[in-house]
Amino acid sequence: MFEAIAFYMFSILVIGMFLIVVFSKNALYSMSALAGGMIFISGFFFLLDADFLGVVQIIVYTGAIMAVYAFGMMFFDTTRDVKENIRFKKIIYTLSTLSAIFVIFILLAPVYSGKIEALYPSIQGVGNIQMIGLILFTKYLVPFELAAIMLLAAMISGIVLVKIKMEETPTDIEVAKGEK
Amino acid sequence: MITLTHYLVLSGILFSIGIVGVLRRKNLLMLFFSTEILLNAVNIGFAAVSKYYGDLSGQIFSFFIIAIAASEVAVGLGLLVLWYKRSGTIDLDSLQMMKG
Amino acid sequence: MEKYLFVALFAPLVGSLFSLLFTAQKKNVITALVTSALLLLSFVSSLSLMYAVFNGMIIHVKMMDWISAGNLNVPFGFMVDNVSVVMMVTVTLVSSIVNIYSMGYMMHDKGYNRFFTYISAFVFSMLILVMSDNFVGLFIGWEGVGLCSYLLIGFWYEKDTATWAGNEAFIMNRVADLGMLLGLFLIYWQFGSFEYDVVFAQVGGINPAVVTTIGLLLFIGAMGKSAQFPFHTWLADAMEGPTPVSALIHAATMVTAGVYLIIRASALFSLVPEVGHIIAALGAFVAVFAASMALVNRDLKKIIAYSTLSQLGYMFVAAGLGAYWIALFHLMTHAFFKSLLFLGAGNIMHAMDDELDIKKMGGLFNAMPYTAILMAVASVALCGIYPFAGYFSKDLILAAAFNGGNYYIWIALFIGAGMTAFYSFRLIMMVFFGDKVYKKLGFHPHETYPFVLWTLLPLGVLSTIAGFFEHPFEEFTTKLLGKYDFGMSHATEVGLQFLTLAFVILVVLGTIYKYGRGGFSKQIETMPLYILLKNQYFIPKIYEVMIFKPYYVLSRFAWKQIDVRIIDFTVDLIAKILYLLGQRSRKMQSGNLSDMLRWMVVGIVVLLALAIFYRPGM
Repeated sequence: MFEAIAFYMFSILVIGMFLIVVFSKNALYSMSALAGGMIFISGFFFLLDADFLGVVQIIVYTGAIMAVYAFGMMFFDTTRDVKENIRFKKIIYTLSTLSAIFVIFILLAPVYSGKIEALYPSIQGVGNIQMIGLILFTKYLVPFELAAIMLLAAMISGIVLVKIKMEETPTDIEVAKGEK
Repeated sequence: MITLTHYLVLSGILFSIGIVGVLRRKNLLMLFFSTEILLNAVNIGFAAVSKYYGDLSGQIFSFFIIAIAASEVAVGLGLLVLWYKRSGTIDLDSLQMMKG
Repeated sequence: MEKYLFVALFAPLVGSLFSLLFTAQKKNVITALVTSALLLLSFVSSLSLMYAVFNGMIIHVKMMDWISAGNLNVPFGFMVDNVSVVMMVTVTLVSSIVNIYSMGYMMHDKGYNRFFTYISAFVFSMLILVMSDNFVGLFIGWEGVGLCSYLLIGFWYEKDTATWAGNEAFIMNRVADLGMLLGLFLIYWQFGSFEYDVVFAQVGGINPAVVTTIGLLLFIGAMGKSAQFPFHTWLADAMEGPTPVSALIHAATMVTAGVYLIIRASALFSLVPEVGHIIAALGAFVAVFAASMALVNRDLKKIIAYSTLSQLGYMFVAAGLGAYWIALFHLMTHAFFKSLLFLGAGNIMHAMDDELDIKKMGGLFNAMPYTAILMAVASVALCGIYPFAGYFSKDLILAAAFNGGNYYIWIALFIGAGMTAFYSFRLIMMVFFGDKVYKKLGFHPHETYPFVLWTLLPLGVLSTIAGFFEHPFEEFTTKLLGKYDFGMSHATEVGLQFLTLAFVILVVLGTIYKYGRGGFSKQIETMPLYILLKNQYFIPKIYEVMIFKPYYVLSRFAWKQIDVRIIDFTVDLIAKILYLLGQRSRKMQSGNLSDMLRWMVVGIVVLLALAIFYRPGM
């Protein structure tokens, strides 16, 4: 009962938040809503006994990624709304709905036909974090290391990209354009 | 009783919201946000399957997806900043150079 | 002996390919020298092959598999036997002489190198035709000589008449070849093979009606190539080509290919005497029909061309009556004296600046005595006066016609012989004797190069003496071809010979007398018969009205209505649709990220739908 209440509550919250993200005109609102949505999603993870994932979700998404977005937005003039001319609304919604239905269908088909077997069954009596660690450092060691390298590369590239011509600001460029 | 189906349907709904965002918004930053929504939708699906089949692989996949999302944000935001510096706008249509 | 076979066959090809390298260049004597040398080499090889065959050898070579498809198996094989070797020697001899002769005749021509390329290519094709051991090889050679004939008739392609004549010859031959092709299909259908050995071994066990059909269809092909009625018009028009070509292709070799086909397939034709009778009847008709057109024609070369037609008719009579070796014998002797006649005509044309009207000549004997003597020899041989070559072969044909009881054929041939005598000596008299009309017209005729005259000498000699080889020839060829048994008594035979000879000599003397005294009066030209003959029985006109014009109308209809309205429209429509599609779908590739994403999602949806709904094998 508690699980159902929590599920529906989080569902409503997450969907609401994400709808705000998608439909809000102000980027700042969107970002805040997104951060909220992320935290609510971690709630699902806790519900699903994936404690480690829930924690990671909060730390990485809400802590790191959203912070990066927040800092990134400082570069942009967020007070100025981007004028968006949106066309083909019907097509967009049809496509989205269709793709969602198809994806769910495909995902559910094996569930209902019962053709799924656990590859690495979780061991009873062992904590989730312990288990994750066990699998991550045995079966998934190589991908894990690769992910580490990828993150490093992404970090360096992020720094380098933003650092290029740091001394020039958009206003400088605009002024330069105007002088011409 | 909440079943796997519930979670997967939720995941699908979030996914479609993400797609709407990707298709609808012209603000490049919004495009990134929508991408995050898509990834999170998938994450929920993975975690749910993992739980209901007692297999931790799903959680590990989610974990990697989060790592990928982090890298994507780092690189993507860097590029976005660069583009903004050059053109002074983050409107998606400004990326267009072909006359079509 | 195989190497002789290959030398004989491929030397002309090598010569052709060699001079092909020079076709785009200025005149180069080396092409003529090399091709002549190679043709002579081919001739010598053929002679040694003949010697080998004479000693009882038959050379049969399978060079390689050529066409292997399903049950069809056609080897690239060659066979030198008593029949083909005679043809080989004739072809290579005449072509060598013509080739050397052309060095003089084509001396100042722009297409000097090209000419020798074509001639050698022709000889190669002709040898393929003659030497092949199966019908497909024969057909390939058949088409090859047709192509070379087309190229050589239209050799002076700047002239409209020449290209027209080339096309006419080519198209008429194609029409007739359709008959031949059908015959070949029927052969394959019945025998499952194209090889002579296989086909002729089984031919006895086949339904006679089918054999008759095959024989008729093959004969249609032979009619086209040998310019028999109703396909005869192309041969006279083919005289637009250079004269050596007329001598080689349209007198001695290619046009006799039809006769050769009948002789080659003698095993088949001898089973169906009805078809043979048709062949003989048509041959006799053409013999008279063509000779009658030669009576009044004023064009030097066309007279000889009609004469060729007429002589081909004689050959078909012999072949049709089952006297195959006689047909082959006449084919050979005819090749000698007719090519000599043509080459002599070439000398005259050269001397008269390509003037062909015999009314404008006359009295050329003083200017070019050697040519005159050679042509006189050839004419006498053509008329069949003892002891020249034509006497023997033509007499045998007449005897065969009489012997078979086909008296109407004999009468036709008898009249044809008289006509031959008349037009031959009319030509001689009008060209070489009488008033020197050419002086009034300002021509300055002169004898041609001495080496050219020397090359004609062998032909002159052969025209004189070839007839004496009658008995060795009979012995040689009847080893392969069926013997022809003259059932009549010796007295009848001699009587017939005497009768014919007397008639011919009488006509010759009459002609000489008449033309010696100034010929016929102008009045004769208004006679209906004269006009009919002059216009070639109006057959070209009839063809024009009956075939060309309706066909033109049909073609025009097909062009204006079917091609432009339907086919072009369809093609244009496809192009327009594609263009419109491109116009519309161009917007897909706008380069806008949003649009691209949208399309990507469309793609995803389509793929997902496929994954869900597409179930192959269910």
